[in-house]
Amino acid sequence: MTVAVVQFGGSNCDRDAVRALEYLDIDAERVWHEDGLPAETTGVVVPGGFSYGDYLRAGAMAARSPIMDDIRDAAADGTPVLGVCNGAQIGCESGLTDGAFTTNERARFQCEHVHLRVERADTPWTEQFDEGDIIEIPIAHGEGRFEITEKRYEELVADDRVLFRYCDADGNVTDEANPNGSTHNVAGILGERESVAVLMPHPERATLPDVGGTDGENILTGFRA
Amino acid sequence: MTAYTATVTVRLKHGVLDPEAETTKQNLERLGFELSELRSADRFEIDLEADDAAEAEQRAESMAERLLANPTIHDYEVSAAPAAEST
Repeated sequence: MTVAVVQFGGSNCDRDAVRALEYLDIDAERVWHEDGLPAETTGVVVPGGFSYGDYLRAGAMAARSPIMDDIRDAAADGTPVLGVCNGAQIGCESGLTDGAFTTNERARFQCEHVHLRVERADTPWTEQFDEGDIIEIPIAHGEGRFEITEKRYEELVADDRVLFRYCDADGNVTDEANPNGSTHNVAGILGERESVAVLMPHPERATLPDVGGTDGENILTGFRA
Repeated sequence: MTAYTATVTVRLKHGVLDPEAETTKQNLERLGFELSELRSADRFEIDLEADDAAEAEQRAESMAERLLANPTIHDYEVSAAPAAEST
């Protein structure tokens, strides 16, 4: 089994993702987007970075890359797909997940540790947690404000597809704990299947113990399921 | 076939926060300008060959739908006119 970490021009968290997965004894390799998904792919990471210089909109160009057809097919077949940061922007731009990640409320790059509340614990990405658990994971983005129409937000909630919300250290979902102005503090969501998830925070940067904080580990182990 | 220039204007939907516009507005005010509101938009000018303006518009509209705009946050307008003589 191999998790394909898809590399676009401008991806820069691909090596971190491979290293974090290998640390967890999950076989992973970087895959250049023009080469398509390898036949033995058992999972897909769309990593962070600045694909195509964030031209037009963050993730817009990569989302129209032909490999996204492979990823959509894999997602539809139940292959786990995780989009992180730029990968989350690409996921929304490509229609894998609903909504959009756009310019932070204060129009500045936010690079800090944040707390997240686990909104669902019955997905591959969160089964090691309990609902309501509070985890700490870093963010690093200028365009992470989750935006969606109110009607579609209601559908998202009705379908129980909000995975993580920004919260304070005690788990309270407040404006103060919302680093980027995301709609209802949404930090990560599920696609049509629970095996597809996107989030702005970086679990691969909170996995190796040397780096500080390992709460991301339990998200990445979703690829073992 | 005639040379047309299609213009696609992409702007944020009403009610979607525009932090860049807000920052620009604040800077204008810092420079002493008085203004109530500022909105920004992206404008794309696309030169293409088409049978008529309607076809040029239609093709530019497809481009807006497929790539130039994100329907979750954007509205867009499309128009087309014969291309200006190149100088």
